[in-house]
Amino acid sequence: MKTLAELAEIREKMKGKVAMRQNDGNETRIIVGMGTCGIAAGARPVLAALVEEVSKEKLEETVTVTQTGCIGICQYEPVVEVIEPGKEKVTYVKMTAEKAQRVVAEHIKGGKVVTAFTIGANVAK
Amino acid sequence: MIRSHVLICGGTGCTSSGSAKLQTILEQELAARGLTEEIKIVKTGCFGLCEHGPVMIVYPDGTFYSRVQPEDIAEIVEEHLLKGRVVTRLAYTDTGDGEAKTDELPSLSDTAFYRSQQRIALRNCGVINPEVIDEYIAMDGYKALGKVLTEMTPAEVIDVITKSGLRGRGGAGFPTGRKWAFAAATPGEIKYVCCNADEGDPGAFMDRSVLEGDPHAVIEAMTIAGYAIGAHQGYVYVRAEYPIAIERLRIAIAQAKEYGLLGKNIFGSGFDFDLDLRFGAGAFVCGEETALMTSIEGQRGEPRPRPPFPAVKGLFGKPTVLNNVETYANIPLIINNGVEWFNSIGTETSKGTKVFALVGKVNNTGLVEVPMGTPLRTIIEEIGGGIPNGKKFKAAQTGGPSGGCIPAHLIDTPIDYENLLAIGSMMGSGGLIVMDEDTCMVDIAKFFLEFTVDESCGKCTACRIGTKRLLQILDKITSGNGTMEDLDTLEELAAHIKTTALCGLGQTAPNPILSTLRYFKDEYIAHIVDKRCPAGVCKALLSYVIDAEKCKGCTACARKCPVNAISGSVKNPHVIDTAKCIKCGACVETCRFDAIYKK
Repeated sequence: MKTLAELAEIREKMKGKVAMRQNDGNETRIIVGMGTCGIAAGARPVLAALVEEVSKEKLEETVTVTQTGCIGICQYEPVVEVIEPGKEKVTYVKMTAEKAQRVVAEHIKGGKVVTAFTIGANVAK
Repeated sequence: MIRSHVLICGGTGCTSSGSAKLQTILEQELAARGLTEEIKIVKTGCFGLCEHGPVMIVYPDGTFYSRVQPEDIAEIVEEHLLKGRVVTRLAYTDTGDGEAKTDELPSLSDTAFYRSQQRIALRNCGVINPEVIDEYIAMDGYKALGKVLTEMTPAEVIDVITKSGLRGRGGAGFPTGRKWAFAAATPGEIKYVCCNADEGDPGAFMDRSVLEGDPHAVIEAMTIAGYAIGAHQGYVYVRAEYPIAIERLRIAIAQAKEYGLLGKNIFGSGFDFDLDLRFGAGAFVCGEETALMTSIEGQRGEPRPRPPFPAVKGLFGKPTVLNNVETYANIPLIINNGVEWFNSIGTETSKGTKVFALVGKVNNTGLVEVPMGTPLRTIIEEIGGGIPNGKKFKAAQTGGPSGGCIPAHLIDTPIDYENLLAIGSMMGSGGLIVMDEDTCMVDIAKFFLEFTVDESCGKCTACRIGTKRLLQILDKITSGNGTMEDLDTLEELAAHIKTTALCGLGQTAPNPILSTLRYFKDEYIAHIVDKRCPAGVCKALLSYVIDAEKCKGCTACARKCPVNAISGSVKNPHVIDTAKCIKCGACVETCRFDAIYKK
């Protein structure tokens, strides 16, 4: 027999797992470029790392991780865009799984853009 | 790590259009591409847009794919799930499927079909996997039950339901809280809670969809009702013709028992409640509460006079609460969100939402849930997408064979219990049949009467013989032998049946005739006086004629006619022998020159 506490535990555990189905447009969106160029440059581990970090930090109800095709800057792939409601889009380039973890920790959770990884800091002047 | 959910509708509608096969192919494709660990397939209940089935949603993007065929799956996996590019030709838009031109697809909640809807009873349908109890729990499932059992007294529960203004969604609209209060106030050791899932109106499938898409909501609500009135046993009376609903209920009950959410000492509160299924064999009368309980008892499903009402003397002679599936589906949310929240939705006298099965001559056939007070126009023109083939809207039937029609000039009527009664219809369980200009209203009345004559259980004379006589008069009118006196007889007989029939079936059976007489008397008169069916439906009153000007003498119709009623030589106008013609209409479909018309 389940107790109320056990029920609450199941609810907490499961909430994150179904949260992506209640997408209401008000959440932060992390978009990974998954065109052929992105995949070739290693976007899959980046995507996996993002999904895992978001779930580990229990951010599923406010953050969705999704994919898009090629956005045209293939030499900077893997590209990750972060769109927070009401804020300007931040574009991260040449991402890796480790960098993705930092973006989730510092930007998504901490609210501070990881400037070193952004396109502005990486494009040759 | 799961990064995407693919929801496939497993409701009856999409199952018949092939969703189970899609799931199998999708599983194979995902395995072939090594995506099984990343993408989860979820079989859900009905999304509502059955017309465009089989439907599929991909989250987190929220892309809605409609009319997906087995050969489309590989493309969806390759393009969308692997590379993140929406397959626009399959994405649903308001203009129909396959019309999406940009990547900026409207989110599902912004499409005309969903925009005006508010899903309360259907909140989990098409969102969770109904066969996984944990997903229901994730949506705050069984939270209301926990609250009720540990924090509230039975009287408080009844008070909340009464104040919420929830009324029976089965059709009559009796206040649910009052029903519970009566049963609670009746003394007795043994009481019962029953659920009416014997959905019988032609074209209605709301209850089936709730049971298929969210069975735990009904189980949770029945347990709450049991606590409120002091019952420890419940029965769901469900049609045997709903195999998917029955299967999911069985799974849900087993899971609830395993978790101790049904059974002894739920949440350690000392309250016991158990639930069993009983199957109806498809008799319409068993949707009537006393007949339903008689059937559960193992007797022939026949109604008995009320009072005593079930709340006093119901199943096995014990105090019983009997509510409809949709009514129960509202209960957990009312407990969780409170009286004020529920009161804020709907109209003065009708709170909350109502689910309608939108069928007939309408583009988006399907299941819709709107706040009470929504005008019929919004449901038909916006959500339903209007009438197909540019035809004109003529009337809508609510309440099935017990209800009446709403004519075109009343299309802006806000739909609630009182308004529908005032215009001669009723809420009913929620079947909403849309009719266009090609529908003959006398024929519609006859159709519903045929249904009630078939389904009359025969126990009382008023219904058994009365409905038969009504039908005979309608037959007489539609075959061109009616007299104006027949209209008076119809009205008089209808009034007698309404006041003397034993149960709801008979008392409401004349409604389709009375409401069509009220709004479309001219059509009855055309049948009687002019011997003409204005909509061109009643076969006895129409004849097919070939327009000699338009006929090219191609002989196609003559070759098609099954009774050789068309004669004529090549390149000369043909003629139909009306004595031989059986009015099947095959010639009209065959003619390429629109030369054949109905008169």
